[in-house]
Amino acid sequence: MEKKKLTIHLKVWRQKDADSKGKFVSYTVNDVNPDMSFLEMLDVLNEELIKKDEEPIEFDNDCREGICGMCGSVINGTAHGPQSGMTTCDVRMRMFKDGETIVVEPFRARAFPVIKDLAVDRSALDRIMSKGGYTSVRTGGVPEALSLPVPKPNADEAMDMAACIGCGACVAACPNASAALFVGAKVSHLALLPQGRPEAARRVERMVAQMDEEGFGACSNHGECEAVCPKEISITAIGRMRREYLRAMFK
Amino acid sequence: MKLDSKVPGGHLSEKWDNHKDALKLVSPKNKRHFSVIVVGTGLAGASAAASLGELGYKVINLCIQDSPRRAHSIAAQGGINAAKNYQNDNDSIWRLFYDTIKGGDYRSREANVYRLAQVSNAIIDQAVAQGVPFAREYGGYFANRSFGGALVSRTFYARGQTGQQLLLGAYGALMRQVDEGNVRLFPRREMVDLVVINGKARGILARNLITGELETYMADAVILATGGYGVAYFLSTNAINSNASAVWRAHKKGAFFGNPCFVQIHPTCIPRSGDYQSKLTLMSESLRNDGRVWVPLKKGDKRHPNDIPEEERDYYLERKYPTFGNMVPRDVASRNAKMVCDEGRGVGETGMAVYLDFRDAIRDFGRKTIEERYGNLFEMYKDITGEDAYEVPMRIYPAVHYTMGGLWVDYNLMSTVPGLFVLGEANFSDHGANRLGASALMQGLADGYFIIPYTIADYLAGTQLEKVTEDNEAFKEAKEEARSRYEKLLSVKGNKTVREFHRELGDILWNKVGMSRNEQGLKEAIEEISKLREEYWNNVRVAGEMNTMNKNLEMAGRVADFLELAELMAIDALHRTESCGGHFREESQTPEGEALRDDENFSYVAAWEFKETGKWEMHKEDLKFEFVTPTQRSYK
Repeated sequence: MEKKKLTIHLKVWRQKDADSKGKFVSYTVNDVNPDMSFLEMLDVLNEELIKKDEEPIEFDNDCREGICGMCGSVINGTAHGPQSGMTTCDVRMRMFKDGETIVVEPFRARAFPVIKDLAVDRSALDRIMSKGGYTSVRTGGVPEALSLPVPKPNADEAMDMAACIGCGACVAACPNASAALFVGAKVSHLALLPQGRPEAARRVERMVAQMDEEGFGACSNHGECEAVCPKEISITAIGRMRREYLRAMFK
Repeated sequence: MKLDSKVPGGHLSEKWDNHKDALKLVSPKNKRHFSVIVVGTGLAGASAAASLGELGYKVINLCIQDSPRRAHSIAAQGGINAAKNYQNDNDSIWRLFYDTIKGGDYRSREANVYRLAQVSNAIIDQAVAQGVPFAREYGGYFANRSFGGALVSRTFYARGQTGQQLLLGAYGALMRQVDEGNVRLFPRREMVDLVVINGKARGILARNLITGELETYMADAVILATGGYGVAYFLSTNAINSNASAVWRAHKKGAFFGNPCFVQIHPTCIPRSGDYQSKLTLMSESLRNDGRVWVPLKKGDKRHPNDIPEEERDYYLERKYPTFGNMVPRDVASRNAKMVCDEGRGVGETGMAVYLDFRDAIRDFGRKTIEERYGNLFEMYKDITGEDAYEVPMRIYPAVHYTMGGLWVDYNLMSTVPGLFVLGEANFSDHGANRLGASALMQGLADGYFIIPYTIADYLAGTQLEKVTEDNEAFKEAKEEARSRYEKLLSVKGNKTVREFHRELGDILWNKVGMSRNEQGLKEAIEEISKLREEYWNNVRVAGEMNTMNKNLEMAGRVADFLELAELMAIDALHRTESCGGHFREESQTPEGEALRDDENFSYVAAWEFKETGKWEMHKEDLKFEFVTPTQRSYK
């Protein structure tokens, strides 16, 4: 049973490097199999460009199964594309109509400068994590695993928060380019576990300070972050971060 | 050169402790005078870099991704093994050791595997202290499940994202060291050469993947934790950027390659669909805890699976292996899937798939329980195939997943190049000819957290290390060679893209060096690969320029290396005329079609020394079994 092939028109953001001005360039890809992933469709286009001696479109990607967080484009105005709970690499061509025009842009935020085409620099997120996205334990200097029981609901909620893949879609979707969901998820994951409590105050203070220093905006409760998060992390993470922050202030 | 495994004496259970007691130490004050390069930030690389940084060494850590948190360990789904015996099912260090060495079909070192089982428990303690949210029961203690090749439940898991959570734990530890200034991090860098000076590994050359510049890094020792070479097959469950270039460059500088033909083909992946496909997606082995594998009894039965009555289904794993059933090791499950498909009983559009059916599990435990256990996997399956596995059985087929082969290392994890250490999937050490599920995470973290910090001290304390500067000839030569290689790739301007060559190479490997191998096919493969390699350098078309971000050029360099490595994989597979684990030679099977080892002639590690492109010399490390007796593996 042969599935009907699609013709897809693309408007893709092309930018030589961080210092150059970018622009949209139009392409058409024919015979697109609806089972293809969005990135596979870009692969096909890139193969055609290479054969025509044109420069292929640069885009970050790695695992192509929605877990590494390396991919990320704004597709038709939405970070990671039309369907919620997905990364860019999860997007399938069957979600688009034959003859549709798709606009593809990089994640845009002051803290995410464009490197080339659709690839951006998200190292600001690593610098935030370096300020407290962990428990300060040494290798080997730890108690036996059973010594601290963790109530199942806490373990489950901590897992929901720990599911963040660090893709930065929350930042790209936020009108203020805030990283509050990203930071809130890590603060919440560790605040929910007994292992994370001893340095909960220091963690939230340092991570929030670094987030501000990197040029991310403030959160004003738009909720766009939750809507695009590929791991569907709840905006309650931000509430918990605020509570932890207040608690730290009054300590 | 005689291979010395440096396995210490004494009883199996005392070897590691005795060895540790004999290793030299570096004084706390002196540690900051030693620098170590760690290439890779997966479980092995991140845990090593973090642990060495904590000890006070000056660590340089590089990765190809934009962040260390993205290394492919992140994609491991099902779990990590440990001998905790929390389930009171009579598990022990000995049992974990025994299952692992048997699972590897007796082609790994007893001492290494035993040590792995010994340190497995400390890994769980470490991860829990880091805040890894392992699954818990209502009492607040751990939930465990079982994986293939074991009759106990020793696998710890964090939903279907265990690799992600363990990696984020190690990444956190790493970033703490970055913040403290003990680790300097260089993301978006690809190692393009190993620099050896006076016979010792003293640095690397790396390409900056943003600017294209070639950068030199110097140190007193180099650690490679760069993963496996499954992407040689083009289609695999590995990430797009996973590659063998770091180990291959090191191999060409003197590091022997161990058992390159030992490749794991994972039984439960989403089947292939079209030519455009860029990768295959794994469905965690944990699904086999509740899913039942079957095909129709009759050939070419095109009925909807739910319309095929019970008596016309063949639950072939349960039928052939009543003890282990659907939980046989990966190599056995994969081979059986291929067999039933070759018989014409495969399902789906292409006939190259089998069913993994949850109907009975949903009936017995309820949909909610199955959702809790595997919800994200079912969703992933639906995203890719558009089908609902709660209603119709999943269709699965084997795919390349993991490479047991890798750079040869001794008990200290040091390669044949002094000062070059190799950890995790990149080395050949612990899994023999087949890796059991949930053991890769265990090995990566064992190597990085608990082995390398001790063994590297012994090397640094006991070795005369001359002062080295960046203007050393060896660095200049490496740079010149790399530059001319990239320039050559860009200048060919031929008619075939890198991807076209890569796919052709993948087809050769999959068909002739895949799940089932024979003499004729392997000989053909060797010839075809060497021809393809020649064509590559005369007909490849690479886009763009060198001094900019250029993923096509990156891939071109990697495929050039795969074209050399692939030939060695075929040569190794040809020379090993026995079957063992994932290496199945059609000429060597039992009457029931199981892998038939030849211990008399092949109880050794084949360690290949590079001579020139297309030429190697094989060295043997004999495997001695003092504490277990190799037997024909049986999972019946």
